[in-house]
Amino acid sequence: MSEESKKPPAPSSASPEASGRFSRRWFLQGVALSAGTAVLPGEGLLGGSAFAAPQAPARIGPEPVQIALSVNGKDYQVKVEPRVTLLNALRNYLNLGTNTPIDLTGTKRVCDRGSCGSCTVILDGKTVYSCSVLAVECQGKKITTVEGVAEGNQPHPIQQAFVECDGLMCGFCTPGFIVSSKALLDRNPHPTPTEIRRALNGNICRCGTYNRVFQAVELASIRMKVKGG
Amino acid sequence: MATVKTKKTTKSKKASQIPVRYRVIGTRPIRHDGVDKVTGRAQYGADVQLAGLLHGGILRSPHAHARIRSIDTGKAAALPGVKAVITSADIGPVTDRVVDLGEGATRLQHLRDNILASGKALYQGHAVAAVAATSPHIAQEALRLIEVDYEVLPPVLDLREAMEAGAPLLHEDLHTDDLGTKSMQPSNIAKHLRFEKGDLEKGFKKADQIFEREFLTSMVHQGYIEPHNATAFWNADGRLAIWCSTQGGFTVRQQAAAILDLPVSSIKVIPMEIGGGFGGKIHVYLEPVAALLSKKSGKPVKLVMDRAEVFEATGPTSGSHIQVKIGARKDGRIVAAQAQLAYEAGAFPGSLVVCGMMCIFAPYDLEHQRIDGYDVLVTKPKTAPYRAPGATNAAFASETVLDEIAEWAGIDPLEIRRLNGAKEGTRRADGLVYPRIGFLETLGAARKHPHASAPLEGPNRGRGVASGFWFNVGLKSSVTAAVNSDGTVSLTEGTPDIGGTRTSVAMQLAEVLGLAAADVKPQVVDTDSVGYNDVTGGSRVTFATGLAAIEAARDIERQMAERAARLWGVPASKVKAAGGVYRHATDSKKKITFKELAARLDETGGPVVGKASLDTSASAGGGFGTHIVDVEVDPETGKVQILRYTAVQDVGKAIHPSYVEGQLQGGVAQGAGWALNEEYFYDDQGRLANASFLDYRMPTALDLPMIDTVLVEVPNPGHPFGVRGVGEVPIVPPPAALANAIYRAAGVRLRQLPMNPGRVLEAILTRDGKPPSKA
Repeated sequence: MSEESKKPPAPSSASPEASGRFSRRWFLQGVALSAGTAVLPGEGLLGGSAFAAPQAPARIGPEPVQIALSVNGKDYQVKVEPRVTLLNALRNYLNLGTNTPIDLTGTKRVCDRGSCGSCTVILDGKTVYSCSVLAVECQGKKITTVEGVAEGNQPHPIQQAFVECDGLMCGFCTPGFIVSSKALLDRNPHPTPTEIRRALNGNICRCGTYNRVFQAVELASIRMKVKGG
Repeated sequence: MATVKTKKTTKSKKASQIPVRYRVIGTRPIRHDGVDKVTGRAQYGADVQLAGLLHGGILRSPHAHARIRSIDTGKAAALPGVKAVITSADIGPVTDRVVDLGEGATRLQHLRDNILASGKALYQGHAVAAVAATSPHIAQEALRLIEVDYEVLPPVLDLREAMEAGAPLLHEDLHTDDLGTKSMQPSNIAKHLRFEKGDLEKGFKKADQIFEREFLTSMVHQGYIEPHNATAFWNADGRLAIWCSTQGGFTVRQQAAAILDLPVSSIKVIPMEIGGGFGGKIHVYLEPVAALLSKKSGKPVKLVMDRAEVFEATGPTSGSHIQVKIGARKDGRIVAAQAQLAYEAGAFPGSLVVCGMMCIFAPYDLEHQRIDGYDVLVTKPKTAPYRAPGATNAAFASETVLDEIAEWAGIDPLEIRRLNGAKEGTRRADGLVYPRIGFLETLGAARKHPHASAPLEGPNRGRGVASGFWFNVGLKSSVTAAVNSDGTVSLTEGTPDIGGTRTSVAMQLAEVLGLAAADVKPQVVDTDSVGYNDVTGGSRVTFATGLAAIEAARDIERQMAERAARLWGVPASKVKAAGGVYRHATDSKKKITFKELAARLDETGGPVVGKASLDTSASAGGGFGTHIVDVEVDPETGKVQILRYTAVQDVGKAIHPSYVEGQLQGGVAQGAGWALNEEYFYDDQGRLANASFLDYRMPTALDLPMIDTVLVEVPNPGHPFGVRGVGEVPIVPPPAALANAIYRAAGVRLRQLPMNPGRVLEAILTRDGKPPSKA
């Protein structure tokens, strides 16, 4: 491992994450920024084009507001207080006003403070801790949860590899690892062992399955290459 | 769990001949619950949804030690959306008695008081009141409206200060049980225990050198990823249902029944998937509270802890103060060993100091020993078991002193362990005589491993070795197994699956019946749907529930042979079963496979169900591990980087080798975190300063190297396949192995955990100007 860490980091691209320099500190800075945005309603939250709610009021909350979320390719209308995190919205709100039961409890609430990775989702191609993003910030963005990683009823090659390599023990942190691995392979289909290790450093597994998780991601990468993925 | 009985081999091995070459055992089939867990479909406790569900919250003491003068819940109860508010008064009066929880006994008053404080709050985070409301937000707001009048008392945070006469008392009515005699004065020392063997003074007289050392370890948390949760529904018919995350549905049932004063049969516990436990999900915290809220509101109530609550109010494992005195001869032979272990119990008695006492010298054959243990109250959360509870602290002390002796005697660290190592027939200080064990085999395998002889180049690097022991327990398990017409078997278990035991138990049933692992459909069910089971703990499930599955399989096999006999119109004694094929003893044309026979059950007498309920305590097999680790110590920051790690363990027989390797790697990961980083950090008022994953930092992918594992298989004579428990042993050696490696790398002996950068750097800076010794 020490030899691995001595290698120079991969050439830098757009984000620290893509350059292999993703760290929890960097992530938390990001969280702090978005939280800062959230407490200034009107200035950034609904002003930007990313938040395409029609006829947005100048100020939102504290009462629940109607927002649209696109999760795993499905559009949901939900009414949430502005303080509701994306994690909370996914787990507890996505059935309001419809007859569909809540079925998105795969994303897990563990630390609720952006420090463990179990609630990781992909937001417009980038991984975020959904406990540290407000639901109202996510309008107009594509959200992928662990339930959206599978291809229909078929487990994704990453999920298949986790099962085959025993890349899980109790399974509670697993959804976060699956989503982080998916985001990694989406942007870097053939990562080096060091790149895998670094990309998954924002996820904690207390059962200590890291070694097998890395093997699973490598296996999935190889299989997806064979498939031309 | 504290008592270990002498083992004897299992009696009946006649029903079927277990093949020597296994078809299923030792292979690596995929886990039955794998797809559910990787797709997010697996249902954990916090995912439970019920019609009319209310959300609860718990008010916790901000003080480490305070008398509760009064609690006013009026404003909270009046908040719209609030459906129930409770305090300890709602539990009702209690006649104190000792309750047996299957895994040890405790005073009912203490069990109740830890759920909701009565009279005094004894640690920051101690539950004081609870509410149920129509949303989690309303519940949180209601908690803020509860007014508690506290008389703040001085906290007692240091173990050694707590033991002194005159220290503030947690329980004014608690007297020390001092070797069986009650002390006159009340005290924070709940218990003093002693194990003695031989003549200590005589032993020390033979020593060429006596090593006397003192060790401190901090309270650490199990750190399971899934927070505690409980959903309860107290039905109008008086029946109570509890959905929760637990290592044992039946222990939740027993504890809830005792606290709520209900017969066990009126409670049904539904254990959901469990996101880690490591010993910390045996005590109940939320379940009885959710039940009382449900009783008062008439609705189902869900409680889910946040991470800070998990740290502040659920079982960490004991911090400890350990003194070790070992006498050795110049040839490396140990002639006498003495230890005194004081363990933090937290706010209520019941640390697992006795386990530390049993383990501290367990790997060695020592003629003269005395081991004293103290169970000490401090104003911190009540401690709970954590993976080989008590043993890791103890091994940190004994195994680093042994390393010092090896250096003094000029003997290789593996060799000094071999020289003194325990084997079959060795008697431990607590009385047990070992049956066949595999400690020496782990030392041999460690020596042969390339890691032991690989050159370790570069400055500030060192290699350390340490061993460890855990008894592993047996206890009680029940299963039923029903044959399906498609030739599969549905296996019903009651031991929650924390790390793959559904599969490792199913594999044993499959082996006996000649089926594939995938042909067995295991499930963990509620307490109404299977016979009694003790907890998933003590590294017992693959062993004990496995034994039950083997017995159930033999039961099925016997019945299936009768069915084949009926088909052929011959006596059952004429049918021989082997490897899933039933044959006529003399007529070679008459044979039928399990699957074919399963399809014909209806015509031969109806369904076939096998069952078994066993107490396996007498045949559990203890486990030993020996670890080798290389580290690099940064002399400028004190940071320790693990370069290479090898864990060798006697596992008896690995049923599913991937899971066994995973247990070894997981134990090392946790042991390394405990050794280098993790600790409960209290301020002087007894407030926990690091109740989050950012500040209580557990190892991530970048902190750990690949961890190599070596599975040594010395079969446990108490199990037909030779299974020993494997999950706990691997957390025992890491802190000592790392301390020994740090010494070789930086020339400093650390005797306090964690060995974090600050502590290592301080040791380096005060090192007598002595250069680090070579490995």
